[in-house]
Amino acid sequence: MSARDAIFGRIRRAQGRSGSEPTASELAAVRETIAAPVTGPRPAFATPADPVSQFLKECDRLGTTHARVDSPGAVPREVARYLAERQLAPRIAAWPAFAALDWAGAGIACEARPANGTDPTGLTGSFCAIAETGTVLLLSSPEEPKVNALLPETHLCVVSRARLVGAMEEALALVRRERGSLPRATFFVSGPSRTADIEQTIVIGAHGPYRVHVIMTP
Amino acid sequence: MQVQSMHFKRRAGEKLADELLQANLRKAQGKFVDGRAKAVAEFGHDEWERLRTHAADLRDRVLANLDAYLAEFERNAVARGTVVHWAETAEDACTIIADIARRNGVRKVTKSKSMVSEEVGLNERLEAEGIQVVETDLGEYILQLAKEPPSHIVAPAVHKSKEQVADLFTEAHGKPRSTDIPALTREAREALREHFLTADMGISGANWVIAETGTTLTVTNEGNADLVTTMPRIHCVITGIEKVIPTLEDFASLIRLLPRSAIGQTVTNYLTLTTGVKAPGEADGPEQMHVVLVDAGRTKFVGSDLQPMMRCIRCGACMNHCPVYQNVGGHAYGWVYPGPMGSVLTPVYVGIEHAGDLPNAATFCGECAVACPVRIPLPDLMRKLRERQFDGHLRPWPERAGILLWSFAAKRPALYAFGARWAARVASWLGGRKGLIHALPGLDGWTKGRDMPAPAGRTFRDLYRERKGRA
Repeated sequence: MSARDAIFGRIRRAQGRSGSEPTASELAAVRETIAAPVTGPRPAFATPADPVSQFLKECDRLGTTHARVDSPGAVPREVARYLAERQLAPRIAAWPAFAALDWAGAGIACEARPANGTDPTGLTGSFCAIAETGTVLLLSSPEEPKVNALLPETHLCVVSRARLVGAMEEALALVRRERGSLPRATFFVSGPSRTADIEQTIVIGAHGPYRVHVIMTP
Repeated sequence: MQVQSMHFKRRAGEKLADELLQANLRKAQGKFVDGRAKAVAEFGHDEWERLRTHAADLRDRVLANLDAYLAEFERNAVARGTVVHWAETAEDACTIIADIARRNGVRKVTKSKSMVSEEVGLNERLEAEGIQVVETDLGEYILQLAKEPPSHIVAPAVHKSKEQVADLFTEAHGKPRSTDIPALTREAREALREHFLTADMGISGANWVIAETGTTLTVTNEGNADLVTTMPRIHCVITGIEKVIPTLEDFASLIRLLPRSAIGQTVTNYLTLTTGVKAPGEADGPEQMHVVLVDAGRTKFVGSDLQPMMRCIRCGACMNHCPVYQNVGGHAYGWVYPGPMGSVLTPVYVGIEHAGDLPNAATFCGECAVACPVRIPLPDLMRKLRERQFDGHLRPWPERAGILLWSFAAKRPALYAFGARWAARVASWLGGRKGLIHALPGLDGWTKGRDMPAPAGRTFRDLYRERKGRA
């Protein structure tokens, strides 16, 4: 008997059911439950009247800095401003979708490729953003490597105002609707990495980025 | 992990006398409790209570059909290229993962925090096979250097001071000693970065696995789980069979409870759903994805009066709120899970005869049940375990004799009133003018370390009768 059969058999016996495999009707009931997902109780701030201000308020709490620009074309200038202000190297590893922007004009050396362990700054887009928690959602793909948001000390993230949703459930529904299924990595980022493992003292910058900067386009 | 729970009384005594540990525990005290209280207030109490009920119901629904939900998870995970393994015992879980490592020529493993891996003793097993295992959660990394088990499920190194961490790092990294916490954190980051980039296999736990999508998920603040699940060519998840939830919406509901209950955070910095292997052309992500679903005693809860324990989402709120845990710390409990949750889990997983003191190490103040995000009635479950011990003749004879004597008297009101009146008088006399009893003959456990307040000399029933007469 396989370990799976033994475990299933024990569960079923303990609950007064026989065999070591769920019956067709039990499986059908489970699939029916899954097909009709139920949204649980949510706090008021998960359905905000003004999602932008809720999003930015949560960003502030998490230590995510932010700026708004008029168009995607204005992103390089904002990146240059941000990096110069913090005296960071004017050099980024970006998702290919941003390669065509005028980086040279902004004085930034942009390489469109996955980030490695030595890149100081990574630039990514986002699938959508969640106002409730100040979160950006990244979906992995060959054109959207997760490492750009993870390995560098600074993560710059372009978020579209039009892709800002209220709550986590709306973000997940959007993934289902537009992508059909989850990608390999569905990555929710809420601010720079942190730890409080030594004396419960919060330190920003554990294994992920020290800085997360959101650039919001229309 | 070796079970030491049978030595709870001795170990608790040692921990209470350990001044350094007591100072470290005092520093942590309140931070988690206050943080949770603020987060709940901000959420709104009524909404929070509704969400707790919703979460308890959804966990119960899964547990009532656990095998079917697991089968559905397996089907959807396999469809995405994940290999699902089943482990009946701790030993089996280790063997499965050691085999995966051997087949793939794995020499170095990075690990993010997994309590199930602590349960089964995975690190020791892999190290015995000549594999280097690197814990990457900062707290777990500190404890790996100290060769100690975690003392808290969310903050594993809560019992260590920054000076102790500085000593460990100086020895391990060979750099000048610093007790500056951000500097220590950077030192660990730099030491671990190379391991993240060169490991052959990443091992993580899973906060939940989602049946709908065949997904496993990790919740962290440090980002270490993301590096562990993204960089190596093999990702292996080890988790318990009770961790399955139906849908993405259920994840959204539960994730509102978990970080708030654990440390008062509205959301953790990283939430990552991992589904299958990397797509063609992807730069990052594993080529192989394995999920090891572990029983190791979990099915003993199913169908029993202790089944509600399986709702647990491992937030640690019960231990944060427990006056016993706050005083003795996690190591006294002698196994992976400390505090009230451990007092229910450990006796069932390892056998009540090895952990008989744990369900008794409670004041029954009820704080754990109030704090539990999935409404596990922890004091009731501990009481049920006490009943099992009494019925199984597993408690020492003086305790059994005392309970039998008390129950004999309690069923005879006149005898009880007579006995209580005399006991109150004697205790009051023992308390003297200050009303404090310094020593109780035969019950010195009560008075070692603190005085017992003496009763006023008259019983409740006497006072009640007197006041009723007056009214």
